[in-house]
Amino acid sequence: MYRDTDDRFGENIMTPLVKMQQIVKRFPGLTANDRVDFEARKGEIHGLLGENGAGKTTLMNILYGLYRQDSGEVSFEGQPVQIDSPRHALELGIGMVHQHFRLIPRLTVLENVVLGLRPEIGVERQGPGRLTSVRRKFFQIFGLDTKTAETRVIELAERFGLKIHPHAKVWELSVGEQQRVEIIKALYRNAKLLILDEPTAVLTPQEVDRLFDMLQTMAEQGYTIILITHKLNEVLNACHRITVLRNGRLVSTVDSAESTQKDLAKLMVGREVLFHVDQEASTAGEEILHVDHLTVLNDKGLEAVRGASFSVHEGEILGVAGVSGNGQTELIEAINGLRRVESGKISFRGKEISNAPPRQIIEQGVGYIPEDRMNVGLATSMTITENMLLKHQSSSQFNRGWFLDKTAVKKAVERLVKAYDVRTASINIPVGRLSGGNIQKIILAREISRHPQLLIASQPTRGLDVGAIEYVQTLLIEQKRQGKAILLISENLDETMRLSDRIAVIYEGEIVRILKTKDTNRREVGLIMAGGLKD
Amino acid sequence: MFTSIFLISVLTGAVRAGTPLVFATLGEIVTQRSGVLNLGVEGMMIVGALSGFIGSYYSHSPWVGVVAAMLCAGLISLIHGFLCITLKSDQVISGIMIVLLGVGLTSFAGEAMVGITGYGFEPLHFPLLSDLPFLGEVLFQYNILVYLAVLLVPLLWWLLFRTRIGLEITAVGESPSTADTLGIPVDRVRYMCVFTGGMLAGLGGAFLSLAYTRIWVDHMTAGRGWIAIALVIFAAWKPQRALVGAYLFGGIEGLQLRLQTAGVGVSHHVLQMMPYAATILVLLISARESARRRIGAPEALMKPYIRGARD
Repeated sequence: MYRDTDDRFGENIMTPLVKMQQIVKRFPGLTANDRVDFEARKGEIHGLLGENGAGKTTLMNILYGLYRQDSGEVSFEGQPVQIDSPRHALELGIGMVHQHFRLIPRLTVLENVVLGLRPEIGVERQGPGRLTSVRRKFFQIFGLDTKTAETRVIELAERFGLKIHPHAKVWELSVGEQQRVEIIKALYRNAKLLILDEPTAVLTPQEVDRLFDMLQTMAEQGYTIILITHKLNEVLNACHRITVLRNGRLVSTVDSAESTQKDLAKLMVGREVLFHVDQEASTAGEEILHVDHLTVLNDKGLEAVRGASFSVHEGEILGVAGVSGNGQTELIEAINGLRRVESGKISFRGKEISNAPPRQIIEQGVGYIPEDRMNVGLATSMTITENMLLKHQSSSQFNRGWFLDKTAVKKAVERLVKAYDVRTASINIPVGRLSGGNIQKIILAREISRHPQLLIASQPTRGLDVGAIEYVQTLLIEQKRQGKAILLISENLDETMRLSDRIAVIYEGEIVRILKTKDTNRREVGLIMAGGLKD
Repeated sequence: MFTSIFLISVLTGAVRAGTPLVFATLGEIVTQRSGVLNLGVEGMMIVGALSGFIGSYYSHSPWVGVVAAMLCAGLISLIHGFLCITLKSDQVISGIMIVLLGVGLTSFAGEAMVGITGYGFEPLHFPLLSDLPFLGEVLFQYNILVYLAVLLVPLLWWLLFRTRIGLEITAVGESPSTADTLGIPVDRVRYMCVFTGGMLAGLGGAFLSLAYTRIWVDHMTAGRGWIAIALVIFAAWKPQRALVGAYLFGGIEGLQLRLQTAGVGVSHHVLQMMPYAATILVLLISARESARRRIGAPEALMKPYIRGARD
């Protein structure tokens, strides 16, 4: 029945490939999707836009079979379907590239691509006869037909202009390359629909352009692509249509040709948004942090930071721009005393702090907003009060003899929660239950209330929604105005450009260039980030 | 002439004492590569030693003993599997429990077997080869299990690194959630690997009571199971390195016995300590190596897989 209608329309772009109707998905304590309608047509790039926690990923996880909806209908190619596992989704032709890649780093590209697939039985192994059937069985269980797979992978890669080395180990690849492996993996399984969850978060501007070119080629060849994102310029550039979700509800589906960033932001947040946090020129003062020819090793024992030199001054934000994995994490850990300095010097207000114990570094006045808030920034199962007290626990103001002064602690925490606008029912609930934005506010409150002279902020807005990002950025600028030195590490180049006074570009562990923000532009920084000055 | 005889006896001693370690280490490598740590090797070996001995004693065939040993130790390993894979409980605690269970169970059940000589494997005799001077003695005068252990190494290497099953085992041990989304049955693969590990540990134990000696002695594994676990780390989870490591340890044990019989003026307690002291040394070295190069250890080792939980 449905087949007929499909055939009549043939390659018509209006045919909905996927139709999701009135999808409801509840998790304990929240409704992630509340009667959401969604459809994507064959051959289109469809943007799924919304703040964090708007329910975008949940909706797509339902389509990919990771979650099952509480109510609502899904149909694919005109047939109602009940997708109960990713495997089932793949069989239907739905592939998904998650934010955290589902690859096995230790295996090769090719091995990752064929993982979990039964080998196809070649002609020479078909046919009757006892011996062949035994051989066939043996092949099914043990066989690994890498030759055929290799030809197909190369063929697919060429078709979409993807560069890929089938025999490289996945851990040796850059994040961008790993993403390509994920896409190939889905295509190899004959996906007709490809869902990409925040695919650009880890890419350089150049890589983003390449990705979008490729998606365009795919769409022209009849593939359908759903792009989950919260970046407005991306959806406008890359997508044909855009569906906006807010608080788990469908706001609207619009044609990207007919919308602007301002419209979309309003749909997404529900109010007007300030796009540019005011940044005024300031005069930098005394040198606070000085890093001199620093070399640090990564976990694999290879040089992650190689002879990096820079300094940060009072009343200045120095942004470190670079694609993740170029030594940023190791650099920050070394400054905070969490990773051994192999050679070179780190000085704080003229005093050397290389390889000093972290506690001593903290006490001298270094505040740290770590990249991994959930694991490094906080103890998620402890309460707000306890987390705020960390780092302050031995301060005389909170102690009476050997015991903590509970009233003093409670008073201070209540004041901070109010001052930093942490939205919570009580200060005695575990931090893990709060939203990302509120968690980040707690870390900010804890670090800033110690009045550090140097604040190191690593990915301070990653994964936050537009409102919280605005808050964090304003706060950083406010701190700078008060004369603090700020070292900002961000994968979001727009953010780095907007907040920093100077930008240090890191590539393969070297600070390749330090630029004044007002003398440079996105394009130039992007090029240096991609190693453009090196080769 | 003394040196040649001494050398032959040390080398053959290394191989004989190393063979049970080869089996147990290979088994534990398979288990751990799927992401399950089974510290119960010692317990599974001792169960294998006793059930092998009983099996061969009543059937008069060492092969029946081997089958019995592999099955019984395999069954014991399934207890670990059930606790850790199905019930997701702590792998360390469960493993230690398997050791205590195995040692206790065999002390109790093996009481009647103490002091009996059983039916074991005879050394093979290859025409011409076995009669070669030196080489014949060092290479061609062992029982069949020794050669089986050697053959098992390339077989497992092929299985783990060149087949679909091996790929799936690696995937389950590295990232079970990824494996799951690709339709690989995580729990089934882990059960398979744990059972294989148990059977091989049992075979290692049977070697002790059917070939190395032909008697049953209470707690005759004497810590070899723990050495096997250390050897897994030394071997960096690779079968080929396990063979080298096992013979090296066999050599230390062989040497220690020769020194004792040669009447060196050192207390035999100190000499007996040698393999275990060497274990600590090896762990120190390989810990440094693995910290430096992040070699080996499966990413999901000791982590139970719960579908839908965050990675």
